[in-house]
Amino acid sequence: MAEQDLIIPELGEHLPTPDIAEDALADVRSYPAKPQLQEALGFPTELVEDWEEKAIAKMGELLEKYRSLRLYLDICVKCGACTDKCQFFLGSGDPKNMPVARQDLLRQVYRKHFTAGGKYAPDLVGAKPLTREMLDEWFTYYHQCSQCRRCSLFCPYGIDTAEISMAAREIMDSIGMGQKYTNEVVLKCHQIGNNLGIPEAALRNICEGVEEDLEEETGVSIRVPVNEAGADVLLVAPSADFFAEPHIDGLIGYAKVFHQAGISWTVSSHASEAGNFAMYLGSYEHMHKVSTRIRTAAIDLKVKRVVMGECGHAWRAAYSFLNTICGPWDFLDPNYPIPQHICEFTQDLIERGGLALDPTANDHMTVTFHDSCNPARAAGMGGYPGGQFEIPRSIIRACCNKYVDMHPDFIREKTFCCGGGGGLLTEELMPVRIAGATPRLQALKQVMDNDGVTHMAAICAICKSQFTAILPKVDMDPDMIVSLHQLVSNAIQLGAKD
Amino acid sequence: MTFLTVVYAILFYVATIVLIGGLAYRVWSYFKLPVPLKVFTAPAPRTRSGAALRVAREIVFFESLFLSNKWIWIFSALFHASLLVVLITHLRYFMEPVWGWVALIQPIEPYASLAMVAGLGGLWVRRLFEPRTRYVSGVSDHLMLALLIAIALAGLAMKFVSHTDIIMVKAFYLGLMRFDWQPLPADFFLLVHLLLVAVLMIVLPFSKLLHLPGVFFSPAINQADDARERRQLASWNAAFDALREK
Ligand code: SF4
Ligand code: SF4
Ligand code: SF4
Repeated sequence: MAEQDLIIPELGEHLPTPDIAEDALADVRSYPAKPQLQEALGFPTELVEDWEEKAIAKMGELLEKYRSLRLYLDICVKCGACTDKCQFFLGSGDPKNMPVARQDLLRQVYRKHFTAGGKYAPDLVGAKPLTREMLDEWFTYYHQCSQCRRCSLFCPYGIDTAEISMAAREIMDSIGMGQKYTNEVVLKCHQIGNNLGIPEAALRNICEGVEEDLEEETGVSIRVPVNEAGADVLLVAPSADFFAEPHIDGLIGYAKVFHQAGISWTVSSHASEAGNFAMYLGSYEHMHKVSTRIRTAAIDLKVKRVVMGECGHAWRAAYSFLNTICGPWDFLDPNYPIPQHICEFTQDLIERGGLALDPTANDHMTVTFHDSCNPARAAGMGGYPGGQFEIPRSIIRACCNKYVDMHPDFIREKTFCCGGGGGLLTEELMPVRIAGATPRLQALKQVMDNDGVTHMAAICAICKSQFTAILPKVDMDPDMIVSLHQLVSNAIQLGAKD
Repeated sequence: MTFLTVVYAILFYVATIVLIGGLAYRVWSYFKLPVPLKVFTAPAPRTRSGAALRVAREIVFFESLFLSNKWIWIFSALFHASLLVVLITHLRYFMEPVWGWVALIQPIEPYASLAMVAGLGGLWVRRLFEPRTRYVSGVSDHLMLALLIAIALAGLAMKFVSHTDIIMVKAFYLGLMRFDWQPLPADFFLLVHLLLVAVLMIVLPFSKLLHLPGVFFSPAINQADDARERRQLASWNAAFDALREK
């Protein structure tokens, strides 16, 4: 996708609901996965010959496995309440990015093959056969959904388009039509242990480098241990935390927190990734394989607790799925949540007076917080509903004197996705990512103009990467995106508790 | 016994069987489908009773819809609430003696019918003229609204246009229930009203009107947020558990 093709949104005071712009994003397609990649994941290498039959058979199989899928395909009343809720529609006007229209791509075929109405009165109920064009639309539009579940929140029946897009992707993979980006990431995670493909030697190098920098900067010897058996805590961070900006500042923050708390910890080279892109594929098998690395690492390293780093979808995979997919976790210390979020960990220390924080260290910033959609709508925190909103804010307030929330319609459970989740964080989808980011940036611009906000904190690796990439395109400063634990890192008074 | 009476009697037996059998089958089929993962839409209540309350709030107040779109909420709340009233007042055709409170609210029936038409009309206007909703509407979505409005209008016509002998109608239904058929008055509006009601009863289990029992089963709404405390299991977990080395 050439740079000049990008439609750069104008950011104004309000977020208008766009008029329908048919096919606005129809040409923005993910790259298909190459044959070797498909093969390595156990999927057919190219579109199989009898793909129509196979796809319908797979759909039938999934309909028997997931109540959510069948129910959600059945009960939508086309009320239209969700039509203006998806950030990809709001940023583009492409009607197939309205959640119900996105669902309909699958629903039309479902009706044709699995319902009486679709068999006997297809035109009446909008049942359609699975043609090549339809399959191509699936590939396009199910890879323009970040599975953020904003639509589910606003639907009177909780209809969750993420469930449907996961099923669609699973069907497509099963007939040889995988998406390059997500499949590559899953394979890297299987083969090397993390999404970015950082091998153990490099991981050790990076962590040693961070230790040296920290010592130089603070004069204190702060550890970032790798594979240290017998540590109390296994920290599973998104691999971007070892690699990218501003993510790595978050890692430094975790290290300082552990240091000051005096709790021994380690990262694992076997499970050097919190994320679970297999979730985006909808594949239970691959999700199981990715999740099991964490279990294996925890057992091998004989840790007592598992703490997850700042990563949105990883927190969903951990909080909501880990227990189901590779539990029970009865070998860990039951006195702590399993798994625990790094924010829960830090908040707990703050509450017990275990951290010395000086918020004036962040006085050069006025901070707002982007609720990442996966923690917001697909997980919890702190053991009470809404903990995922209160805890990060409470940490930020402990570390910063100036904190401002964005417009109440666009935060907490109503938050927008950053536009890069769900396997969309790839270059060829840039127009989709810009469209998806627009509503969030609009809300951000508002508090920048009205309240002098200078920085936006996030607890998601993808959000951080996505915003860092998109902000320059709308003439905003990419450095304004910060890791939440970067704020902690700035504020923490090392030595104060020694 | 007129031919008409026989036709309508059979029609209503068939419609009742289809409705009850169809709904029971759908409910049973949803019930037995696995829910292999925790997929509540957060923030969700922490306990199962809390989640049940959330389902109840969705059913009684259309909570999410209120959050989502006030116009749709107003029209559909108006429609559903008045439908409920009308269904209750219609109970009088199926019981003798009539429960006191049912008889008591009977005078509001015409108003409820009008409110029903207003709600449905509002929904239809949105469907026709709001571009996004129009885009996602299929033929059947319009037909459903037409059907419901026609039922209500035919019902109102019996009250305001040409009066029907409702004592006879009641005898007809009580007769159906006791397998002792009684004649049905051959009034135009009554026949239209009843025919359309039978059609509605027959299509209901096969259509989107299924959202009725569906609400109870939506995991986004009915699951408690206890993912870390309670392992959500499906029949295939054991096979996966056996796969791992540790
Ligand atoms: S809000 Fe729910 S029921 Fe209404 S159109 Fe969207 S998905 Fe369908
Ligand atoms: S899950 Fe998110 S991205 Fe997907 S359709 Fe719903 S609102 Fe849009
Ligand atoms: S990247 Fe962040 S905002 Fe985007 S989908 Fe993931 S959690 Fe949601």
